[in-house]
This record gives sequence, structure tokens and C-alpha cells, in this order.
Amino acid sequence: MTSKLISLTITQALTGLKNKDFSATELVKDHIAQMESCRNLNAMITELPEQALASAAQSDARIAKGEMRPLEGIPIAMKDLFCTKDIRTTAASHILGNFIPPYESTVSQKLIDAGTISVGKTNLDEFAMGGSNTTSYYGAVESPWKSKTHPDKKLVPGGSSGGSAAAVSSGMAMAATGTDTGGSTRQPASFCGIVGVKPTYGRCSRWGIIAFASSLDQAGAFARNVEDSALMIKAMAGHDAKDSTSANKDVPNFSALMKQDIKGLRIGIPKEYRVDGMPQDIIDIWEKGAAMLKAAGAEIIDISLPHTKYAVPTYYIVAPAEASSNLARYDGVRYGLRVEGKDLQDMYEQTRAEGFGAEVKRRIMIGTYCLSAGYYDAYYTKAQKIRRLISNDFAAAFEKCDAILTPTAPSSAFAIGENSDDPIKMYLGDVFTIPASLAGLPGISVPAALDDQGLPLGLQIIGRAWDEATMFRTAFALEQAIAFSAQPDLMKSAA
Amino acid sequence: MSIDKSTVSKIANLARIKVTEEDLEYYAPQLQNILSWAEQLQEVDTTGVEPLANVSEINLTLREDKITDGQKRDEILKNAPETVEGFYVVTKIVE
Repeated sequence: MTSKLISLTITQALTGLKNKDFSATELVKDHIAQMESCRNLNAMITELPEQALASAAQSDARIAKGEMRPLEGIPIAMKDLFCTKDIRTTAASHILGNFIPPYESTVSQKLIDAGTISVGKTNLDEFAMGGSNTTSYYGAVESPWKSKTHPDKKLVPGGSSGGSAAAVSSGMAMAATGTDTGGSTRQPASFCGIVGVKPTYGRCSRWGIIAFASSLDQAGAFARNVEDSALMIKAMAGHDAKDSTSANKDVPNFSALMKQDIKGLRIGIPKEYRVDGMPQDIIDIWEKGAAMLKAAGAEIIDISLPHTKYAVPTYYIVAPAEASSNLARYDGVRYGLRVEGKDLQDMYEQTRAEGFGAEVKRRIMIGTYCLSAGYYDAYYTKAQKIRRLISNDFAAAFEKCDAILTPTAPSSAFAIGENSDDPIKMYLGDVFTIPASLAGLPGISVPAALDDQGLPLGLQIIGRAWDEATMFRTAFALEQAIAFSAQPDLMKSAA
Repeated sequence: MSIDKSTVSKIANLARIKVTEEDLEYYAPQLQNILSWAEQLQEVDTTGVEPLANVSEINLTLREDKITDGQKRDEILKNAPETVEGFYVVTKIVE
């Protein structure tokens, strides 16, 4: 039996809490109940019902005193890549063992300070490396969505933030954190029929987020509509002296600014995103999205991003290179798993052999190779140069347009186990999200349609660096026009 | 460029990951495929292009020269697999 409260938006819930229509405790309880009844999805690595209820009681006390914070009492889920003080944090890897951080990440602290309540730590691809949430040591996450044509198949929720996306689309939480290195928030949002945002690189502090590829990693958010996602990013963003790449820039009030109409905005359509073999459903919804923005007053402009086809291979040099360096810290000495060996080097090797899964090892080895003597310039420096060209492509395009509209992913969700024996095929699932990541630009995925299997497809809006405001505004206009209301079956009885 | 089993073995040693003969059989063709696919980057003319390492356009600032270690030794050591009297313990490395 699903409850009505789990289908509210954050804005509706805040109004309900303020008007005392229900309490934070009731709101949190309903989400915990949903989390417990959807355990088969494996979206959570660690559930936090007791802590969440204790926080809800504190929220109720604040509400009673009229001291509501911006997101008071809102149940969220936290990707298990954010360090949370005194709560096990795993990165979905065996190598972290029972690591219990003695500190809180900046982003999760900001969300606590804004009044949100975490109901659990969500599953992910190991160290956020993957596009299907099948590489987790804690098992694959299953999407709450089912294909109409193959209802028996278990589908992936996308990745790497698959647990967060599944949690939000199934009503375990009203919003969730993600991280996005090459598409890990936007692609699962597309697969799960919800909104996923990656802000500009530097907008949110990376302090306390377990590192994968530091020049690309950025915190992101999931929610069930654009406004809720804007409220989350507002709460998460801001300068942090503890992260030297975090920007000392004002964070605009995105949710207020986004309601302005889009008359006169120039929306770019990049011709290189029309890739071979893209399903007709996706081409159709992309064209429909452009037509809707035009009808809302925007000007549609053809643009070119000539180096698009090199973005995925560039990423698969840069990200593994950085990962191989970042993951060097897992040595069995200071935290996490240790497997004893005959000497120190053997202990390192045994620990890392047992602690890392196949995809992580693959990427560490690719990265190690690309950074090794004699290959550094041919691979790593070359990839960094092409990264510059990709960034320049966007800079040139943004001379002509204010935001860019593309599909989020080249397919809808696939079955768990599909693509897993072909790393390159899996990597190409991020073909539309990786270019913006390499250029550090903000992107948002908005649910746009269901395909012929009844599975969600998202459209992506890419904004200029630091101009999330225009990105949210375009996304909001698109959301209003599309009026996407589909939900997975397990949510329908909640309405 | 070709990634054979001995190359994988060398990379794995650099990366401090123990690999078995089976692992070498498994990873060699995969790494070979991924790196051959990345070869397409060589066709891009990058003459005179500056490598892009940091997209944030933020200049690093100096922090105050103050000790910020937090005095959290015991908290930090709680996560260690083995400790003695405030130190991490590893296998004996000096005879």
C-alpha cells in the first residue's frame, strides 16, 4: 500500500508541512515504508530509518516554532560516494570495507543544514565507474520501470548514480544526490523518468566526495521535477575553502529565475548529436522538444560541435588516468580492506586484487598505461589537447546560442547484464553527456516521453558555464510544454 | 601498439594489482580493444593546442599558513586495519 505523501513534490511538501497538514515524521515514515517495500530494487546500501526519524522529530519541533529552513523535513537519499560522519560509506566497493568517515562531506552537510533528512545511502557503480549500476560490490540496482514488451526483464536504472535515480522514481525519497563525472546523474535520470542535474564544474564542493576523476567529478541532484531539482542545487552549491576548485561565486535563486518565459532565447541543436543507429523514438522526441521550445518563443539555431565524436575516447583516457592516481590511496594501510601478503608489496597487490572489481581494475590499468613512461604524451597529453578543442567547440557554439538541446542518452534502459561483456558499447551510452562534462558545463535531463517499450527518454539541456539559471529556465519551459506524467507502476497507486 | 599478456602484467605491477594467468587472458584483449579504439584520437590535428587540465578557470589561492590537522589522530586511526600506539602497522619491511 503506497501512501499519498510519497508522490508530492518538494514544493507541495513544504507547503503541507508549513500548514501542518502533515508532520515531517509522517512524511519521513511514508518514505521509509516505501524504501522497505521496494528493497527488491537494491537501491540502498545502508538504510537509515532511525536516524531519519530522529531528524524528523527535530524538524517537527522547528516547524512548531516557525523556524523552518529552506528544505525542512524533506526526505532525501544520499549517494554512497558522499562521506557521512559516523555512517559507513562504501563507494560500492569492497576495498573500503567498513569505512566510517570521521567527517561529513560539504555537500551533505549543506543539505543537513538546509533541513533535509537522509533516509539512506544509495547504491552506485563501484567508485561511480559505470553506466548501468551493475558494477557495485553490493549487487546491481534494478529500475522500478518495466518494459511493456518484456515485463519479465529486470532493467538497469542507469549509472553510476543508479540507486539514487531508482530511489527518487520509486518514491523512497523526494530527491537525491548524485555525482556526475561523464553523465552519472543525467543518464540515470533519463532511464528512470526523472530530472537529473549536473551543475557547472566548481559549483559544488567536492570535499568529502570519494574521488574518481577530479577534473570532471561534480555533485548533482535528482528530483521529480525541475523546480525541486533547482531547490536541491541551490542548497548544495557554494564556495568551500576546502576545495580549491570550488568557485567563489554567488549562487542565484534558480527556482525563482526559471519561471521567466523563454521568448527570444536562442536554443542550439548540434548536428553531430544525430549519431548512427539512434532509435527513431529519440530523434522524434528531440525534434518535438525543439518545436515546443520554439512554440514557447525560443529561436532554434543549428550549431556544430565538430569534435563530438572524439569526446568519449578522450574521456576514456582522461578519466581512467585520473582514477588510477586517485585510487592509488587504497593500499590496505590506513582504512578499508587489508589482505595480508608475504611482504608489503604483496599485501598491496593482494588487497587491491581482492578489493577492486573488474571495471575498476580495467580503468586503473588503462590509466596506468596512459600515464606510464613513453605513453604519457601519446595518450594523456593528446587527450587533454582534444579536451581543449571540445571546450572550444562549445565556446564557439555559445556565441550563437544561449542553451543547447540534445537527447540525454542514445537508448532507453536496457536489461541487467546486457552490454556488460562489451566495455566500449557501455561507454558509448554516455556519448551525449560526456562532451559537456569535458568542458565543465552544466547539464540537466528532463523526462520527455516513453518509447515503444513504455520506457522513459530524457532530453538534455546544456548551459554556459555558471549559467545554470538559463539552463533551468529552458528546462522548466520544456517541462511545462511536455507535461510528462508517467510513473513506474509501483508509484501509480500512490496518486 | 599492442597489449599482450606481458604488457598487462607490467601495468598490473605498476598499479599494484595482483593478476593471475586467467586475469591476463581476460584483460589483455579488453585493454587492447579499448586502446585501439582510443587510437582514433591520433587523427585529430592538435598542433599548437594547449592541453586542458582545469576547466574551472579558478586561480588557486593561498590559504593562511596555519596548522589545520584537527588533532584527530585517534578518530582517523579508527578506520585502520591494524595500529599500535598511534601508528599504522604494516608487514615488516626492514630486516
